[in-house]
Amino acid sequence: MTAPVAERDLLGFLEAAVSETPVETTKPAVEPTVASETPVRQLVIINWSGEFDRVMPTLIMANAAAAMGYQTKVFTTFWGLLPFVKDQKRIVGENFMQKMLTFMQRPGISHLKTSKMNFLGMGPWMMGVLSRKYNIASPKELLEAAEALGVEFMPCQMTMDMFGLKREDMIDGLGEPVGAATVLELMTQPNTASLFI
Amino acid sequence: MTLTESNPTGTGQVTTLDAKGLKCPMPIVKTAQAIKNVSSGDLLEVLTTDPGAVADFAAWSRSTGNELVEQTVADGVYRFVLRRK
Repeated sequence: MTAPVAERDLLGFLEAAVSETPVETTKPAVEPTVASETPVRQLVIINWSGEFDRVMPTLIMANAAAAMGYQTKVFTTFWGLLPFVKDQKRIVGENFMQKMLTFMQRPGISHLKTSKMNFLGMGPWMMGVLSRKYNIASPKELLEAAEALGVEFMPCQMTMDMFGLKREDMIDGLGEPVGAATVLELMTQPNTASLFI
Repeated sequence: MTLTESNPTGTGQVTTLDAKGLKCPMPIVKTAQAIKNVSSGDLLEVLTTDPGAVADFAAWSRSTGNELVEQTVADGVYRFVLRRK
């Protein structure tokens, strides 16, 4: 029985990809390790919330995955996009309603609210005090670490439009805006784990 | 025979990363960054106080192919010795 066409194509592609991998000529070609034999693993996270208790696990999992050599991609959509507005921006948007939204929900990675017990900022403040006391990395530190490790952050084009966000409002490390089809394609690739946080 | 002497391919240099006090996921994040500056076959020694690191470093080593050659604990400090692949 022959494999379906798509499967054969994929196998051919993988074989080509493996054979094209440059071999270091300066060192003997020994040490075939587990990591080089397995295909590249990928983690795709959909980050749809701008709340502290969701952005933190997103950033922690993204950092851990990138540190483990996974290709890591974070799709940021809806409220999840606001943490990726530059910290120093206070009110963004083009029209009155968009400006009102960010007036009520301050954007930026250092201004996250908690989903529970926000209490006019008391919750996040206490969370910050506890995090510092126990030396837990802040969302800003985790974001910088993720960028340094090559985590790809992909903003949702539709959300950019809805909030009236421009490229210059966003952090420098943010990739090109994409849509749902791009994310679905990534999520259905082999050796890929997907999280909806 | 020391670990360095048993090292087949590296230059024999051991780099130490002090990750004490850091919480998950920073020990492996710092390790992933530090190992880039270690030559293939050389050793990276990581010191951490995070008990979760015991399972995490084993998983990190399996996933990245960098061998975990030694693991000790003393006075609440976990020590991992990794050989860069």
